[in-house]
Amino acid sequence: MSESPLLELKGVSKAFGAVQALYQVDFAVEAGEIMALVGDNGAGKSTMIKGIAGIYPFDEGEIYFDGDLVEIHGPRDAAKLGVEIVYQDLALADNLDVVANMFLGREQINRPFRLDELHMEQAAIETLESLSVMTLRSVRQPVAELSGGQRQAVAVAKAVMWNSKVVILDEPTAALGVAQTRQVLDLVKRLRDKGLAVVVISHNLHDIFDIADRITVLRLGQRVSVLQAAESSQQEVVHAITAGQLDEVPGMVQ
Amino acid sequence: MMSQINEPKPTNALKESNSTQSVSNYFSDYWRRIKTGDLGSWPIFFGLMVIVIIFQTQNENYLTPRNFVNLFVQMAGITVIAIGVVYVLLLGEIDLSIGYVSAVAAVFMTLRLRPPNSWYWIAAIIAALGVVALIGILQGTIITKFRLPSFIVTLAGFLVWNGVVLIMIGSGGTVIVQDEIVIGIANYFLPTMLGWFLAIALVVLYAVNRLLGWRGRKQRGVSKTPLAIVIAQIVIVALIVGFVTYIANQDRGIPFVVVLLLVLLVGFTFLAERTRFGRYVYAIGGSAEAARRAGINVDRIKIYVFMISSIMAGMGGIVLASRLRSVDTSAGGGNLMLNSIAAAVIGGTSLFGGRGRVISAFIGALVIASVENGMGLLGLSSGVKFVITGLVLLLAVLVDAITRRGRSQSGTA
Repeated sequence: MSESPLLELKGVSKAFGAVQALYQVDFAVEAGEIMALVGDNGAGKSTMIKGIAGIYPFDEGEIYFDGDLVEIHGPRDAAKLGVEIVYQDLALADNLDVVANMFLGREQINRPFRLDELHMEQAAIETLESLSVMTLRSVRQPVAELSGGQRQAVAVAKAVMWNSKVVILDEPTAALGVAQTRQVLDLVKRLRDKGLAVVVISHNLHDIFDIADRITVLRLGQRVSVLQAAESSQQEVVHAITAGQLDEVPGMVQ
Repeated sequence: MMSQINEPKPTNALKESNSTQSVSNYFSDYWRRIKTGDLGSWPIFFGLMVIVIIFQTQNENYLTPRNFVNLFVQMAGITVIAIGVVYVLLLGEIDLSIGYVSAVAAVFMTLRLRPPNSWYWIAAIIAALGVVALIGILQGTIITKFRLPSFIVTLAGFLVWNGVVLIMIGSGGTVIVQDEIVIGIANYFLPTMLGWFLAIALVVLYAVNRLLGWRGRKQRGVSKTPLAIVIAQIVIVALIVGFVTYIANQDRGIPFVVVLLLVLLVGFTFLAERTRFGRYVYAIGGSAEAARRAGINVDRIKIYVFMISSIMAGMGGIVLASRLRSVDTSAGGGNLMLNSIAAAVIGGTSLFGGRGRVISAFIGALVIASVENGMGLLGLSSGVKFVITGLVLLLAVLVDAITRRGRSQSGTA
């Protein structure tokens, strides 16, 4: 790893009142790799990705993108860098069709005020096909008619359509059946094969070992280990999640 | 891939849908939607048929050219107001102030037209619409900035603007509209030849628009309706427009308000379905959170929509004042507000946001006006009229709820 990681956090912390949600966390993900982010409830996973997304600022620490120090003050800044986040609830409007959802907030117009539906439909189809999402009957279906796996695929396609470089997926398989989970995991692998840096938050260790290259374990707001997936066992990860060594506990007198 | 075995369409379904659909595919798709409870406008169509048959058997004056023309003039005011209601309902909000906001515009305009210092008619109308636009912005700002329910804020508006109407009219009681052009809005009828000219121009514009759209989609290779269906739709529209023009010309001719309605319906349909603004309105109604995360300024869109609601209410009020040739202390009262909201709902716009079309304002108003007109011909008491109108609204909402349950059972709600 001679080059700097695509996205790197150095010593980020975040407190909500008296609760130290993140404490001096380092994190890095390379282009073309899938980094799993695991940890028990309250370990700070969501706090970390929301900080990257610009939902709220970190209290301290630095964010590097492609080696450059950057500041993210809001979702638009993150999007400008090419960082897209697929939230667990997907944030799709059920009543709109697939194309409208994929372009929501970034609609293209051809004449003054007039939506360029043809161009948007074409671009949506191209993106879906490049991700080998073939199970949709039509891109003009309302999202309400789609299965859970299809909705996840649309949300992912929406995230990668904008030449994004980093895609962060929050629990992408949480509500899915076996076959649909398989499809979404294949989709995540294709993102890596396209050279994107992928961060996946998941509680499902089976899924993680299926797709991840490396695993970052958070515990009580601190990073306790970074494992190579190929060289570790599920037991090691479970141990790290539940009993990983904390460097120091802020506020605790030892 | 074992996963693909379980999928209904493992083949390249997207590519398939891009190629020209055959006519039989189109109908099987249509039939599938009907079976899963997506009945489209069929219930309304059958409902209108039933209404027409009932009233025609009771009173032979119902289906006459004269009554046909009357119907359009009677429904115009409610239709215009209901266009604004559709936008508010699409957001998942409600505007109860529309009745008296329409009266504020009508009274303001009528007072400006009164001699000796009477304004030019267009100035009076624009000033009146400007006043109600400010009312809409005010209500929308209060609702969004203080996170108050639109129901409560516009209920307060309902009372306040009722009071303002009474204060403006003062002890005068009734104020006559003293401008021929303003009276003409609801009382002018197009000469026969002009009516036919506009009808033909309308059909030609529609046909050109549909065919150009079809060709554009064919060139880009994206999904499209079969050409035979497009042509069939153009023929149907031509027949309807020709029929309406022919019947209206048997009587006084096409009312000017019909032209006004057409312009408003087409314009606001374009705004809702072809622009970013309209897309955002639907998105907020479907999921405000998704819209917010997509970077849409939800508050600003909501304020604009309440402004549109007030402006359309004001326009509707002006149409109603024109029809009555006067305004009085009861302007905007009665069941005007409830009829306008009912029109949007009967026409198929959901009260829960995100679902509906501008045309539902016209369809619903047509149903309500048909029922009221028929009951008027039969000389029914206003008590009976209210009961029947209420039952029609209930029936429309029931049909919507039942078909929606059908959709949710088939997983397409």
